Amino acid sequence: MTAMLFTAPAAPASAGVIPLFADVLRSEARKLRTVRSTWWALLAAVGCNIVTAALLGVFLPGRLSAHEAATADSVRISLGGLHLSQVAIGLLGVLAITSEYGTGMIRATLAAVPQRRLMLAAKALVLAAATLATGIAASFAAYAVFQAFLPAGDAMRTTLATPGVLRAVLGAGLYLAALALLGFGLGAVFRSSAGAVAVLLGALFVPTILVMLLPQSWQDTVGPYLPMNAADTVFSLRHEAHTLQPWAGLGVFCLYAAAALAAGFILIGRRDA
Amino acid sequence: MIEATGLTKRYGATCAVDDLSFTVLPGQVTGFLGPNGAGKSTTMRLILGLDAPTAGAVTVGGRPYASYRRPLFQAGALLEAKAFHGGRSARNHLLCLAASNGISPARVDKVLDLVGLRGAARRRAGGFSLGMSQRLGIAAALLGDPPVLLLDEPVNGLDPEGVLWIRTLLKSLAAEGRTILLSSHLMSEMALTADRLIIIGRGRLITQATMEDFLAAGSGSHVRVRSPQAAALAVLLAATGAIVAGHDGDTLTVTGTTAEVIGEAARASGLTLTELSARQATLEERYMELTQDCADYQALAEAGK
Repeated sequence: MTAMLFTAPAAPASAGVIPLFADVLRSEARKLRTVRSTWWALLAAVGCNIVTAALLGVFLPGRLSAHEAATADSVRISLGGLHLSQVAIGLLGVLAITSEYGTGMIRATLAAVPQRRLMLAAKALVLAAATLATGIAASFAAYAVFQAFLPAGDAMRTTLATPGVLRAVLGAGLYLAALALLGFGLGAVFRSSAGAVAVLLGALFVPTILVMLLPQSWQDTVGPYLPMNAADTVFSLRHEAHTLQPWAGLGVFCLYAAAALAAGFILIGRRDA
Repeated sequence: MIEATGLTKRYGATCAVDDLSFTVLPGQVTGFLGPNGAGKSTTMRLILGLDAPTAGAVTVGGRPYASYRRPLFQAGALLEAKAFHGGRSARNHLLCLAASNGISPARVDKVLDLVGLRGAARRRAGGFSLGMSQRLGIAAALLGDPPVLLLDEPVNGLDPEGVLWIRTLLKSLAAEGRTILLSSHLMSEMALTADRLIIIGRGRLITQATMEDFLAAGSGSHVRVRSPQAAALAVLLAATGAIVAGHDGDTLTVTGTTAEVIGEAARASGLTLTELSARQATLEERYMELTQDCADYQALAEAGK
């Protein structure tokens, strides 16, 4: 047999869990920023928010009666772009994990990092950071643009110091990050882009529609806890009697995301890659 | 070194890998052969901890692969050529993998050079040909300069120059004392590259042996004869209908007959033989002989003959 000339190079001395996690974070951060779809999704989120806010700021004031303008939830209106940007961010969350399954990259990833839950945690953290930063920036931008386009003295004018405004704008950013994590959790569970996106959009839009078929008392009981309705409270200024309090609403939405993530974390350790 | 003991993997009713035990030794290229669906790829996934075995165990360097914290330093693998995000550049793909194991960008550039992808390093990997994808996969496997390499069909899609390159590379890596497990359907290529063979069929081990022993054990396809009277013997054998395919000094290579017939003819004519040996079949012939009954997809095996 050939003489053993080769000896394996020593792995980096820092082989503890924390340096390992730092390395995996670096890896996942690079993965996220080196695919175009990430930038398209983030750009779409910011763009939809700003463009919608600008259009609403320009066209809405002239169309509302004085009473309507005075009672309108101006912050929620300025965040109208969320309807679109949430789709982009949810999709980004799903793709962050399903694109690895779709391409087969996941096997290279898990061969490099067999600590699967550590890898998933790093991926989730990187996604959360990117979407939180983008979500908050997009929300503040939308708010600022809407306010900037309002005519002087318009009843919808507020400042960040107006009670509830800062919370609602910040809350919208938090919502987008939580939504990305919900998509990510579903992606980890379903491992297919199409499946996870269908379930995500279904979970967001379908229950809110279905619940309307229920008797009113049921609607008032169940309705506030539906994902979309719960999330809605945190970026709205005005609240009806049967809706949740803003932070409680966001909390409920985060529970949905946490449940999806938990399922993803459990399954990734148990299933064959 | 890779050691599998009683490795078993069932997917529902299908037994992809069935009580498989083998050892892949360092310092050699070990060829991993078997018909389609024999369980080669499943075995490779089991080695890397990507799939969990139903029973049995497999270790890489004495420990389960998944127990390593920076496993790219222990083993590198090429499982599927196109297992990367097509939108990422080759270099970024490798940087992503490298970062997770604390491997420097300098090493990434070095492996890109090594596999000849320097010029394409910043191109989107999605546009790569199969051959380039294979090179990228090999680059990924070499990132940690690991003592163990697992390569599933690495020559698939490579041009002749690429095939020669990988053969030379694997041989030199093995000569450095590394453990190399190589699966391929190209028998002629395997015959040139592998020192040892592990052959499986329907998830079961058919044989593991050195290439020499494996080929020697097969039925002869030609006979080598040495005689001081080689020229006379050649004439005699040709007269009996045998084909003297080669004549080099006192050595004849004879086909179309058996060692027994040649021996008897020599004795009858009073010719001296100093060597009479039946030579082994080619790897392909031996392989077909052994796996005929195991091929899940007989038509494919037949077509390959």
